[in-house]
Amino acid sequence: MSRPPAALGPGRVEVRPCSRQPRATGLLRLGALLLGAATAVPLLVLFSAWASPETEVWRHLATTVLPGILRNTGALLLGVGVGTLALGCGLAWLTARCDFPGRRWLDWALMLPLALPAYVLAFVMHGLFDATGPLQRLLSQVPGLTMISFEARGTGWVIAVLTLAFYPYVYLLARAAFLGIGRGTLEAARLLGLGPWGTFFRVVLPTARPAIVAGVALALMETLADFGAVSVFNYDTFTTAIYKAWFGLFNLPAAAQLASLLLLIVALALLGERRLRGGARFHETARGAPPPRIALAGWRGGLAATLAGLVVALGFVLPMVQLVGWVAASHGAGLDQRYWPLLAHTLALGASAAVVTVAAALLIGLARRQLRDRPSRIAAELSALGYALPGSVLAVGVMMSFAGIDNALDTLWRLAGGNSLGPVLGGSMAALLLAYLIRFLAVANGPVGSALERLRPSVVEAARTLGARGLDLARRIYLPLLRPGLLTATLLVLVEVMKEMPATLLLRPFGWDTLAVRIFEFTSEGEWQRAALPAVTLVLAGVGPVIWLARRSAATRGST
Amino acid sequence: MRRCAALLAATITALGTAPAAAAPEVVVYSARNEQLIKPLFDAYTSKTGVGVRFITDKEGPLLARLQAEGANTPADVLVTVDAGNLWQAGEVGVLAAIDSPVLRANIPAQLRDPGDRWFGLSVRARPLVYSTDRVRAADLVSYEDLADPKWKGRLCLRTSKKVYNQSLVAMMLARLGEAETARVVGGWVTNLATEPFANDNQVMEAIDAGKCDVGIVNTYYFGRLAKERPGLKVAIAWPNQASSGVHVNVSGAGVTRHAKHPDEARQLLEWLSSAEAQGLFASLNLEYPANPAIAPDPAVAAWGSFKADPAHVADAGRLQAAAVMLMDRAGYR
Repeated sequence: MSRPPAALGPGRVEVRPCSRQPRATGLLRLGALLLGAATAVPLLVLFSAWASPETEVWRHLATTVLPGILRNTGALLLGVGVGTLALGCGLAWLTARCDFPGRRWLDWALMLPLALPAYVLAFVMHGLFDATGPLQRLLSQVPGLTMISFEARGTGWVIAVLTLAFYPYVYLLARAAFLGIGRGTLEAARLLGLGPWGTFFRVVLPTARPAIVAGVALALMETLADFGAVSVFNYDTFTTAIYKAWFGLFNLPAAAQLASLLLLIVALALLGERRLRGGARFHETARGAPPPRIALAGWRGGLAATLAGLVVALGFVLPMVQLVGWVAASHGAGLDQRYWPLLAHTLALGASAAVVTVAAALLIGLARRQLRDRPSRIAAELSALGYALPGSVLAVGVMMSFAGIDNALDTLWRLAGGNSLGPVLGGSMAALLLAYLIRFLAVANGPVGSALERLRPSVVEAARTLGARGLDLARRIYLPLLRPGLLTATLLVLVEVMKEMPATLLLRPFGWDTLAVRIFEFTSEGEWQRAALPAVTLVLAGVGPVIWLARRSAATRGST
Repeated sequence: MRRCAALLAATITALGTAPAAAAPEVVVYSARNEQLIKPLFDAYTSKTGVGVRFITDKEGPLLARLQAEGANTPADVLVTVDAGNLWQAGEVGVLAAIDSPVLRANIPAQLRDPGDRWFGLSVRARPLVYSTDRVRAADLVSYEDLADPKWKGRLCLRTSKKVYNQSLVAMMLARLGEAETARVVGGWVTNLATEPFANDNQVMEAIDAGKCDVGIVNTYYFGRLAKERPGLKVAIAWPNQASSGVHVNVSGAGVTRHAKHPDEARQLLEWLSSAEAQGLFASLNLEYPANPAIAPDPAVAAWGSFKADPAHVADAGRLQAAAVMLMDRAGYR
């Protein structure tokens, strides 16, 4: 892989293909604009809340809880950012470029925490490690250790849990990027006198930067949006303030104002990173033979295996053991005939949302690549914002948009002499899928975008020169070359949608209960043990796609 | 990929086949969990033949949905927990007054809206719990007394973000006024043994483990945990017996303003308030029936009888925002 100077970047000069295809460009532009509008309207609904000033609520929050909340949120962002960066990149380097005992299975096992919803991880970890949990009860039986007593709460614990829950994003994307670095690049670095560490910090990390930044950005946006995990620890973050305004003070406009502020900050951060990165572009130039792995022998190999194994144990095995233990203790109560539709609905919603969302991400990626104009680039950037919104807030934005359209339709219908039309879009599958789309577009954008970035424009040009056009070009060039990236995006969105709770709750059509909905029913009144069965099922349903994802992204190296 | 496409197709088919509304039915938005409400709906359907379609979610989103849908809403009934949420639903105008002598006869005046827009259907009490090892029941006097320095470092509380505590403090505001309530809540914060917990279970676990001696929880959490852990060294104490009575709250329901089946909706609520349904409604969650003619579940009755706060539960809603702000100012997280 090389990093050509921006001015000479092949994309700049070579690719003007669309000027020869005005119809396709027009369609692409139309599609991108429609998609932009569909994702923007629910977010704009939030901004419209500024029409009613809620000065009293703001003054109250500013003088009481806001300073602490901002401090906590900043600490979490910093901690989870550094944590996921170190854990994700370090582990990715170990499994992608080194060799140590157990590497083969740790390689994919390190992805498993992705299948576990953060709120489930949080509850189980708190339950296990807190002063009243089994671990400390056990310790207190040991003579001499009776004095040891601590609470598994506070900033450190929240950071630890969120890092364990979200590092797989960085791991997945960084690993693919590390695997994509060719032998030539590393040999050049060696020849220029860099040792292994020097190569890692001065060549590997900068080259993989877009992938790593994308991963850390996902982790940080998840952190900002999280409510379930932090509330297990009663840890106040910005999300807490949003829900305090909404549920506690009965003030939805103030909650929407807070949420829109959150969006604004995330938008600025994303645009700022894009600007810092400048015009650097990354096309894979030569694949060559994969570079040899660094063999970690002796204690170093043992240390690597222990570290990676510990992460899998804490982030996946331990919580699963606890969950399965609860299921066993309740003798599988709740496993009735109504249980299977829950699983079917979960999978169906996940799959439909994955297809729709990845299609949208592809459209956005293509628009950004082909059109190269400012509006489509900004639209692409902003379309990912939904990921940073707390789920309920986004869901309400979508719901209000659709209810508004429904009410307008109803009025028109009545004017035309009809009876009440009833809700058309509200409570429909379309509303739910749109909410998933907005929420998880950021997840799909990463793999789809980097697959597109690695698709050398010259390949497309060559195919075009050879007479390939339109659908033919799509079928024979784009789809085969983008397939691994599209698949990665599809599986990621599938797993994310299966775990999603607040939007599913508010927008699901009647009867479309999912596993996450069932978890909510139990946990909202503190019945975590009864929630274990749907939680285990949810994790098991997600494990398959996650393992597949990990294995094939390693097989088709550097393509995700 | 092909499998995904098939699933997508199945989804779209499901979209197109909305159930035909031939049989009589009622549509319910419920913030009371499925496992607590579905058995009642099933019993109602098998008795009357009227189908009940429902969707569950938290109160806030459901209320926002009702407001946004306006006249177009499919919902006939809103079921929610906590009087604060019921009050708010009435306040924003999504509920219609129900003219039902049956409901008025079955549900006591302080457990229903003065304007008859909502009716409590079950009562939950929020008494004190204490360590049977370290506290004598006689030492537990009242909620206010927990602000006394003698409880310093011995009190555990759930977070102020839970509506149950917001209602408790709102009712105190109605009873004691701003200054006195602020003093009590401030005293609680000073007396805390540790940061507030995320839920009632953690409060009782902490008392059991010796982290603190006394706390405030809803009775059904105690009932569940006690059943799960026979050796639990925690017991219930009924506070304010010589004064205002134990803080109680309701879960309840109302008929929506734009209900498409208002008569069926009213009949469903009437049935839910009846002797036939009240026992089940309350015992599913170890709560107390709102209809005073019905005795509570034997497991619930075993905790003893108590004097409940006779104040109108609507105050919990009216003063909720003020209570939240007061707790924020007191530093009660």
